[in-house]
Amino acid sequence: MDLLEYQGKQLFRSHGVPVPEGRHAATVDDAVTAADAIGYPCVVKAQVPIGGRGKAGGIKIATDASEARGHAGAILGMDIRGFTVEDLWVEQASDIASEYYASIILDRSEKRLLAMLSRMGGIDVEEVAERDPDALVRRHLDPAAGIDAELAREIALDAGIDEDVTGQVAELLVELHRVALAEDATLIEVNPLIVTGDRRVVALDSKVTIDNNALFRHEELAKLADSAADDPQEAMAKEKGLTYVKLGGDIGILGNGAGLCMSTLDVVAQAGGAPANFLDAGGGSRAEAIVDALEVITSDEKVNAILFNIFGGITRCDEIAKGIIEASKQIEIDVPFVVRLDGTNQEEGLRLLAEADLPNLHQEKTMLGAAERVVELAAARP
Amino acid sequence: MSIIIDTNTRLVVSGLTGREGSFHGLRNRDYGTELVAGVTPGKGGREVDGVPVFDTIAAAVSERGANTSMIFVPARFAAAAIEEAVDAGVETVIAITEGIPVLDMMRVYWQARDAGVRLIGPNCPGVLSPGKANVGIIPAQFFDPGPIGVVSKSGTLTYQIGNELKHAGAGNSTIVGIGGDPIVGSDFIDVLALFEDDDETELIVIVGEIGGDAEERAAEFIAERVSKPVVAYIAGFTAPPGKQMGHAGAIISGSSGTAEAKKQALEARDVRVGRSPTETATLAIEALRAAG
Repeated sequence: MDLLEYQGKQLFRSHGVPVPEGRHAATVDDAVTAADAIGYPCVVKAQVPIGGRGKAGGIKIATDASEARGHAGAILGMDIRGFTVEDLWVEQASDIASEYYASIILDRSEKRLLAMLSRMGGIDVEEVAERDPDALVRRHLDPAAGIDAELAREIALDAGIDEDVTGQVAELLVELHRVALAEDATLIEVNPLIVTGDRRVVALDSKVTIDNNALFRHEELAKLADSAADDPQEAMAKEKGLTYVKLGGDIGILGNGAGLCMSTLDVVAQAGGAPANFLDAGGGSRAEAIVDALEVITSDEKVNAILFNIFGGITRCDEIAKGIIEASKQIEIDVPFVVRLDGTNQEEGLRLLAEADLPNLHQEKTMLGAAERVVELAAARP
Repeated sequence: MSIIIDTNTRLVVSGLTGREGSFHGLRNRDYGTELVAGVTPGKGGREVDGVPVFDTIAAAVSERGANTSMIFVPARFAAAAIEEAVDAGVETVIAITEGIPVLDMMRVYWQARDAGVRLIGPNCPGVLSPGKANVGIIPAQFFDPGPIGVVSKSGTLTYQIGNELKHAGAGNSTIVGIGGDPIVGSDFIDVLALFEDDDETELIVIVGEIGGDAEERAAEFIAERVSKPVVAYIAGFTAPPGKQMGHAGAIISGSSGTAEAKKQALEARDVRVGRSPTETATLAIEALRAAG
């Protein structure tokens, strides 16, 4: 789960990482109230989970209440690279002397946390890494020892941080690492990390990714995950406990197991089709899960045809067949659907489907045959 | 031979008294695996279908000679169960549990490595050496004994490919599900090294998916260290960046980790990559005949 900037900053603040004073606002009036309380000049910032907000006009400085009102009105509802702005963060304007970059990231191939620090902040870090690799100091952390003041200081010295703030930057690195461990964050990025005119080190932005698997031990963060704006199908799937990702095409896909499901998307694309979704009904799927899955898939109006690709290992094909038959009683499926059932109890599953003789249902024996068939059927629809 | 598990495996199952744990643990026993003990704290002294249950893995090791542990406990307790198995001195830990926090796994990974314990998983279907032993949830009916070693991030995809190999008349030495999480105990290269040294394995199939760089590292390793033919399949060509596709590890962030990059890395090292599970099985059969 990716936190919005202000959620990350609130997390920082709770762990003692210095951030500018700010307030959340969801309406224009709230934003003006927040700006008045903070004082001017202040910054009105769009809260969307994507970069490039400044360029898109989503970050503006206000010098008085009427400007704050104007900016809030313009930014709320704005579309920034596919995300509609529904939240604002109103923040005290900062006097910026230098911009640095700091992060703590889980490096999965090294199986360690990686601390990075650069005196070239405020710009894309990948660009820094490419243009001037020495300007980005990278240090893998020992999983048992982590990072102490001494190591953090060493990193700050290597990065060429201004001497008078080395101590503050080192301390901040130690704090960020502590936040990562305490909150189960797999990524914490501060870009820019600024030095103010009066030589204070402050996190001016935040990018934080929390491990979804760890939400059970972070009640407050779990609430944020629940309230995160989802696509209607994704929200519906989440409620039903299904793993669903919308892809925007017109062929609904249901598979069992993440790998097989991804593979199904690929063969459909190879056959010339455009998958509407990824939906993993899970290992050991039972009939009810199939009813739920079909409900989610058919609620997407774009869907012109559906492919069921099931290889029964733990999952039993007869359970899947029962689910399909049950679903066709409960919901109206007016698009053709192709079913490929293979594996455990395959014969029984196929027999049940043949007996039910459902309209719109097409059986295929192989995964490739099924992919070609569903693409044909989708293309034949107006 | 075969790798990781065989007729010498003496299995202890953490979570044997649970619904899933008992179903699969007893299925593993029915297959012929030597299931010597179960472990559930507070339930020591009981039995599950004749299998003694202990409070700790250490007791299962000392009293029943367990050398392999399977972890089948809920995610929030699973990292501690793996640590317990490592401390108890088993040789191999196979963690089936899905949803373990990744920073817990980071800690446990190094503990296992430092102790010299082989960890497979988590979030994996387990390991099957056809005709010898099965530890995990892999449905054994799709696999016969034979010369093909399989190592995979995905369960159902492996069953699909295994079934096609079986129809084509080829069997397997061992099937290893390494799991689809960002941090797993054993990567492709760890298992490739075992297959390379295994007399019964003549050909290796690797089944990868988007995310991370385990496939790219496998490509390097194959070029330098593996003399046996290797065939690969990669899932996730149509996956959009930044979206998680079921497996916690299957997410493309930044520029690396795409299916195309993995395919290219493998092909650059002369590993043939199938476009579908079916084509991959066909390539494997062809390569086996050519080598044979």
